[in-house]
Amino acid sequence: MLRTPTVKVEHLTKRFGNVTAVDDISFEIARGSCVGLLGGNGAGKTTTIAMIMGLLLPTSGRVAVLGEDMGAHRFRVLSRINFSSPYMELPHRLTIAENLAIYAELYEIPDPKARIAELAETLDLAPLLSRPAGKMSAGQKTRVGLAKSLLNNPEFLALDEPTASLDPDTADRIRGYLETYRSETGGSILLASHNMAEVERLCDEVLMMRAGKIVDRGAPAEMIGRYGRDTLEEVFLDIARTPGGENVPPAQAAQ
Amino acid sequence: MSQTHLTPNRAFSLRRVFAMVRRYWYLLRGSWPRIVELMYWPTIQMIMWGFITLHLRDTSTWVAEAAGVLLTGVLLWDILFRGQLGYTLSFLEEMYSRNLGQLFVSPLRPIEMVAALMTISLLRTLIGILPAALLAIPLFAWNIFTIGLPLIAFFFLLLVMGWAVGMIVTALLLRVGLGGESLAWFIIFLLVPVSAVYYPVDVLPVWLQWVAFAMPPVYVFEGMRAVLFEGIFRWDYFAAAVGLNIAYLGLGATIFLWSFHVARKRGLLLAGGE
Repeated sequence: MLRTPTVKVEHLTKRFGNVTAVDDISFEIARGSCVGLLGGNGAGKTTTIAMIMGLLLPTSGRVAVLGEDMGAHRFRVLSRINFSSPYMELPHRLTIAENLAIYAELYEIPDPKARIAELAETLDLAPLLSRPAGKMSAGQKTRVGLAKSLLNNPEFLALDEPTASLDPDTADRIRGYLETYRSETGGSILLASHNMAEVERLCDEVLMMRAGKIVDRGAPAEMIGRYGRDTLEEVFLDIARTPGGENVPPAQAAQ
Repeated sequence: MSQTHLTPNRAFSLRRVFAMVRRYWYLLRGSWPRIVELMYWPTIQMIMWGFITLHLRDTSTWVAEAAGVLLTGVLLWDILFRGQLGYTLSFLEEMYSRNLGQLFVSPLRPIEMVAALMTISLLRTLIGILPAALLAIPLFAWNIFTIGLPLIAFFFLLLVMGWAVGMIVTALLLRVGLGGESLAWFIIFLLVPVSAVYYPVDVLPVWLQWVAFAMPPVYVFEGMRAVLFEGIFRWDYFAAAVGLNIAYLGLGATIFLWSFHVARKRGLLLAGGE
């Protein structure tokens, strides 16, 4: 029997008034895989993630996570998934330890203290635990957000720009940690990022979005080859700068 | 990396409710000016109405008959006001810190959040009202606790109405965002004239009495005067207030849940912020 994909998105559309933010997209995230969601600002990445997580109701289409319809039964899976985004913050006046403790209770984690201590050590947060969340640097906030999103060892993790604002050393360690998380838990990741090197390193498949549509998809190396480019960043620029319609790789267009 | 074995997701979890109560408690505990502010206004109001009572006792037979009627009125009104404010301001904290999105990708259910907001509202109301009530004893020789068991009934009837108004205000805040912050402070005062806090309800024009009797507070304040002037507990008023409170609580919860659904349609849970 085929395993149910971690995420199954079918003909997902979201309109705000007469603006179509996401336009009839479909894709799957297989168990244990990492899928990158790429696109310029306003391409529809965050809207897509918000619909997958159940924060936003689609205009039409369907999202299933771990086999459950997120429109009707999202509470069946919310304890098994998690999300981190620099656009959503933790309460500023609470310390990092207090914030993490509250989320550990919300996820009903059996031994919250041990789990927080483990994550604090891994993400180098131990010296910061007693500091208020509002007094963190941008990079520290990102690490705290990541710690929050890993509290429940999620089977599916949605990450919106997880290494934004991080220095190269910290960002590299975060990527290493995400690789460890995947290999040790078998968890799946949906990664929205503007860092193409990060996507090349972490993702098995890439979905390129523009104006709410998925205009191309494939494995990073396969896409680089198909576009006749050296890096995923060059592929991204080709797609972003191609005016209108479905994307045609330059290599194909030349034929 | 350790494996985390999670408990199955229940429809209602007290652990999640108390996690949220803990969060609001941390916020309150971390700011002494907020704790002082909780006690400040009820105490100032009590002192002001205490002196008005001293003045009117010599000129008004109505006040002279039951010296504590105005002081009891102001303290009971503050239960309604503080109950609503405690509920709404705690919700506003989530909007200030752009935390609604984080919360609602967790297993927290809206009804659990409502339960947590009610609990913290109860704590904030007690912190605000008790010092004023205790201070009235030495300052004005008026002990509100001599009312006895009816005081407990009045307290909870007003608190529950405060929660119902709080749910409606938070529903509005979800729709309009932080631009509607001041709703938390002024909407409740629509109820003052028709609650008959400081005067009997028959002072109102007949058409306004109909409005007054459609809301629970008037039964509490009329009931309070029945206790103070006649020494009787009006069970008919109590029953009417309980029935209306259930209706308003149901209405508040329905409006809040509907507003939450609309917020999910419009992406409002991702918006907000300081």
